[in-house]
Amino acid sequence: MCGISGILNLKNPASINTDHLRRMTFALRHRGPDETGAYIDDWVGLAQSRLSIIDLSGGSQPIHNEDKTFWIVFNGEIFNYPEIRESLIKLGHKFYTTSDTEVILHLYEEKKERCLDDLNGQFAFVIWDSVKKEFFAARDRVGILPFFYKTENEKLLFASEAKAIIEISDSSTSFDPIGLDQIFTFWTNLPGRTAFKNINELAPGHYLKFSPGKDISVSRYWSLPYNKNLLSEEKSIPEFTSEISDLMKDSIRIRLRADVPVGSYLSGGLDSSGITAFVKNYFNNELRTFGITFQEESFDESEFQHLMIKHLNTNHSEVHATNEDIGKYFSDIVYYGEKPIIRAAPVPLYLLSKKVREEGYKVVLTGEGADEIFGGYNIFKETKVRKFWSVDPTSQLRPKLLQKLYPYIFKDKRLVQTLQAFFKLGIEDSNNSFFSHIVRWNNNTRLKNFFSNDFKEQIGDYNAYDDLKSILPKDFDSWDYVYKAQYLEIITFMSGYLLSSQGDRMAMANSVELRVPYLDHRIIEYMATVPSRFKIRGLNEKYLLKKVFNNLLPQRIVNRAKNPYRAPIRNSFLNNKSLDLKTVLSEKEISYAGVFNPDKVNLLMKKAERTEALSELDNMALAGIISTQFLHNDFINHKKLNVPDNYRFNTFIDKRNQIN
Amino acid sequence: MNTIETLKKFIVDNFLFGQSGKLNENTHLFEKGIVDSTGVLELASFIEENFNIKINDEELVLDNFSSLNAMDKFLQSKNIQVTSN
Repeated sequence: MCGISGILNLKNPASINTDHLRRMTFALRHRGPDETGAYIDDWVGLAQSRLSIIDLSGGSQPIHNEDKTFWIVFNGEIFNYPEIRESLIKLGHKFYTTSDTEVILHLYEEKKERCLDDLNGQFAFVIWDSVKKEFFAARDRVGILPFFYKTENEKLLFASEAKAIIEISDSSTSFDPIGLDQIFTFWTNLPGRTAFKNINELAPGHYLKFSPGKDISVSRYWSLPYNKNLLSEEKSIPEFTSEISDLMKDSIRIRLRADVPVGSYLSGGLDSSGITAFVKNYFNNELRTFGITFQEESFDESEFQHLMIKHLNTNHSEVHATNEDIGKYFSDIVYYGEKPIIRAAPVPLYLLSKKVREEGYKVVLTGEGADEIFGGYNIFKETKVRKFWSVDPTSQLRPKLLQKLYPYIFKDKRLVQTLQAFFKLGIEDSNNSFFSHIVRWNNNTRLKNFFSNDFKEQIGDYNAYDDLKSILPKDFDSWDYVYKAQYLEIITFMSGYLLSSQGDRMAMANSVELRVPYLDHRIIEYMATVPSRFKIRGLNEKYLLKKVFNNLLPQRIVNRAKNPYRAPIRNSFLNNKSLDLKTVLSEKEISYAGVFNPDKVNLLMKKAERTEALSELDNMALAGIISTQFLHNDFINHKKLNVPDNYRFNTFIDKRNQIN
Repeated sequence: MNTIETLKKFIVDNFLFGQSGKLNENTHLFEKGIVDSTGVLELASFIEENFNIKINDEELVLDNFSSLNAMDKFLQSKNIQVTSN
């Protein structure tokens, strides 16, 4: 894994500022602390900071083809690179390294953008054809790895994280009101947008092309293959289970490819337990595992984690997330995550990757994506119950299923009636495209009441729902409602929040690479052929995945109730000696950033002080406001990084004034 | 302050954080997203403390809390019960 960045001239050859390349690389040094490299000619500067995992000594970037006309900087892993390499050698390609990076480059020579079809992995890369002056950038199918860009003054600036672009940008950075409106609706941006004005993210499954005289073009090469015509209606449960098991095994097998040891996260939930059990049983008996425990009991899963450690006998390390630490490191996770965040849950993951690194590991497998792909989330089951209820909205029995679904919400018997009434909102409109998510999103939308009048004016009449609707597949409304819910969850929450704010960013902050076996595109594509009734049987979620793991895991793990991963907000932020909320949320600071109304923030703060059991929404508001203020301080009110004079590229390829 | 004014002040301070905006006596607090499910409990405990009454479980239904008017009506019915007992 690595950080990549660079500058491209869009109109004419012109001097590329090498100090800018150096500053960008320095801004991304956490992503790649092992070595740095750059390529520069009269059109482009490509830079890279490397975390060495494959071909430790030979894989220094930028990497070139046989005649040094194509150059690549690459962040990520191509897990099927040995097989592709073989086939390219047969076609006559010569390799000077054993890295996966070089494989992409030669494959691109062969197939241009269609090379993406063959890549199994997580990636963001840039290839420069120095003869044809063609610039090509691509990002993996579901957005495991990031890629940002901005155009200004006839230049394209690009980087793995926005901070590298902000570091050298000539224009000042400001919040994008529409970007923030999206985040305070969906928890994240819609594909392509960011929290910052004029800084774009290349959407998952897309590539970007440019050559002089043409415009920058962004195209999609892959989309979630949900299509009712592809469903395998004839297969039996044992057939599905055995085929998924084979795919899982192969996905994990190729994700263990590395020239450094690979560990695994182990939470005690089904997903990470299943991966760990597969590795332990089929591949590596000496597996190293890592997990989180919480100070606050209601968030803690250590009982199940310890059950798994004992069951698999792994060499396990854990971090204990105290409320004090969650508050203390919240500003760090905002710096690395680069967007407002309405949860504190990324912090323990940041502490966990720190632990991994301290224990000498650079790579870990994680269970992200299983809930989205195999149908694990409560929101899918909730959709099912509400759909069932919508058939007879007057029924007294149908809504009782909600209590089965959310025992922890319904534990206060006094709330049963009103809670049911809430889940009933919108039920008559069961054909609505957003039927599954509308209750949640409408609830989030209330966070926007904290925006200042001025900021609301900047948002104007923008409607995030309409925007999302405009990017849905044409036949979306004809899909099965579970598929619809999965799709919405994947393109918003999974790509934008789970894989980013809780995933790549939290791991790379401590120079650790995550690998996500459930998001092998073969598994995603296979699961797209499985009818919903096999994913969720009745209200039994991830039914097929449980079958796959049934003989490898203790029954208590397979059958346990799903517990959403969360971290305490109010109790971590208040009375925290490392977090000076009085200053962060002072009228002066809030007014200076301009996003929120200082009087409302003040009232929220007072409410938080006097109410120990703060409502979910108020907790989200607290995290959202504090993180936005931190973000303002880090990037809008940006001060240039102090780059040491002796910070130099280990490899520097200078082709200026050589190519015409 | 009368009942409605007292309730309105609590809702404005506690759920709208100072912005009374379009809140009137008939505004549907739930459909407009002003109060959510846990908010109902906040509302109920405020009413119990302020008006010195006890709300029974079966009275904790949305209809009794859906608007300022609905709560006022509910409180009136409670007072009638209290006085008639």
